[in-house]
Amino acid sequence: MSISRREFLKLAGVISGVTVASTVGGVLIGRGADVLKELGAEDKPKTIRWAMAIDTRQFKSDEDFQKVIQACHKYHNVPNIPDPIRQVKWIWVDTFERAFPTLEHEYISEEVKKRKFLLLCNHCDNPPCVRVCPVRATFKRPDGVVIQDMHRCIGCKFCMAACPYGSRNYNFYPPREFLGEINPAYPTRSTGVVEKCILCFERLDEGKLPLCVEASEGKMYFGNLHDPNSPVRKVIAENIVIVRKPEITTKPMVFYII
Amino acid sequence: MLEYALKGKPRYWIWLGFLGTLILIAFYFWNLEHHIGAGRLLGLHRDLTWGLHIGQLAFFVGAAAGAVMIVLPYYFHNYKEFSRITILAEFFAASMVIIAMLSVFVVMGQPSRVFNVLLFPTPNSIIFYDLIVLSGYLILNLLCGWTVLHAEYKEVKYPSWLKPIIYLAILWGPSIHIVTAFLLQGLPGREYWLTAIMAPRFLATAFAAGPSLLILLALLAKKLTGFDVGKKAIDTIAKIITYALIINLLLFSFEIFTAFYSGIHSHQSPFLYLFFGYEGHAEYVALMWLSMILAFLALILLVIPVLRKNEVSLSIACLAIIISIWIEKGFALMIGGFTPNVFHTITVYIPTFPEFMIALGTWAVGFTLLTILWKIAISVYQSKEKGVFIKS
Repeated sequence: MSISRREFLKLAGVISGVTVASTVGGVLIGRGADVLKELGAEDKPKTIRWAMAIDTRQFKSDEDFQKVIQACHKYHNVPNIPDPIRQVKWIWVDTFERAFPTLEHEYISEEVKKRKFLLLCNHCDNPPCVRVCPVRATFKRPDGVVIQDMHRCIGCKFCMAACPYGSRNYNFYPPREFLGEINPAYPTRSTGVVEKCILCFERLDEGKLPLCVEASEGKMYFGNLHDPNSPVRKVIAENIVIVRKPEITTKPMVFYII
Repeated sequence: MLEYALKGKPRYWIWLGFLGTLILIAFYFWNLEHHIGAGRLLGLHRDLTWGLHIGQLAFFVGAAAGAVMIVLPYYFHNYKEFSRITILAEFFAASMVIIAMLSVFVVMGQPSRVFNVLLFPTPNSIIFYDLIVLSGYLILNLLCGWTVLHAEYKEVKYPSWLKPIIYLAILWGPSIHIVTAFLLQGLPGREYWLTAIMAPRFLATAFAAGPSLLILLALLAKKLTGFDVGKKAIDTIAKIITYALIINLLLFSFEIFTAFYSGIHSHQSPFLYLFFGYEGHAEYVALMWLSMILAFLALILLVIPVLRKNEVSLSIACLAIIISIWIEKGFALMIGGFTPNVFHTITVYIPTFPEFMIALGTWAVGFTLLTILWKIAISVYQSKEKGVFIKS
């Protein structure tokens, strides 16, 4: 299935095509096939660049979200901290306005604006957090996964100032006090370090999918963006996708199908 | 010379004891934070991870860099009027750098890992450069100040090998503040900071607030010890402060113009939040206007020559500048950078009492060093022919 420009405009509830291109900067948003071209994904077939696509049309009930969140948080021993502004969260739910604050709201259809969105680390291709870390505690693997060494982190929180997506967490509370059942397969953390989604890199190395994608039961797609046959590549090419804050060219690798 | 630091009037020891108490209180809270978690003690949260303490970094790096305004005319232009204040300015710079460095240190969630910064040097991180320039400036100022003072003590001219180091220290001064501005101005998605005039504005505020603090301290030293750095020196510094203040206010108006004439909402919202309130939040509106009023009050006191030359009104002007710039740079700079947050909503930050006490502790460390170094310097000067400076 490929979407014509006319259909895209209809879906986005837009009157004029020129308006849509200029208001959103014309990058990493719109027809998935154009987005892929913009990223140059088609030019590097031999390399790996893990990417994720979240089909926001399929996430309907609170349960749909909770299944995904719990799969991640339980496995990774993410503490359940009651203080809402000092929580630790690797993957969570937020509104359209908060998830895409720089998108010109009035041109997006009302139905899309009412949806909820799963937010997590974008594993940017051009990650500001990696750039600023003074000890290389956070770094990007050759396959694009941005991970965090919680034993090297000095807790300076520079990466949190640098992340434009609020995807990083500082342990404001001793995290071990807020754990239910502890999963011995994944380490718990100490207070004063930064942590975030690691895209289940150990599972990727074993050829498995990230836990959230697995738990989503087909609502999230994952794969190598550089492989034309990967599920994520196909689903992006066939749909309308947006990414968060495309204008600051961090090149997020989490795509939202709208 | 160290012996001068070991003898003093009771008030010297009481003052040092007071500073020591502040340091102990700060240490208590800092230590507690690492046991019970920052969330239970500080006002910081997910959406504002750098608060009061990184604000202190910005302000006190500025104060340190401000000393260049005294050292540069003396060594580069042979401006003799500054002969009695130059060493004091160098010691002042070293003490202020200590406060700045400690302000970063207390922010760290894992202080025991601080040496990871040296163990894994990372040239793409600005913190790496900040560590280099700050520790470099500290060493250079201590070395230059101490060596020249020692030459005074021995009544000889300072050794010639020091000259290039003095020049290096002067050139090094602005770099500490430029690098500190780069910490902030290179971050995407923080519109309040994402401005190329952050570094020039940092320098302007530094050259206003730093020398203002130095004047106040010099006048205080005169009152307490009778050591006078000279009326002409004070007046020249006051003129420098006036120009720096005017440049800062101009740069501020440029920021306002760019944010509002461009019509870019995300660039306006931090200014709106700070000065007028935004989405029902107006926590810092009064404080921001106080900062503006104090800046203009100081400007009036400084541009009128009679008032600038009067020690009382000059002191008021200096105090007004320090408070004004402290509010704006040592406090609101962080709040504006993080509010509205990355989701373009407001999460309010109110620093807590322990947070202030930790900041006060870092100040106390700097002022302990300042007290001791100035005590030594002033004693050296005064022990020689009732404070007459031997021309070198």
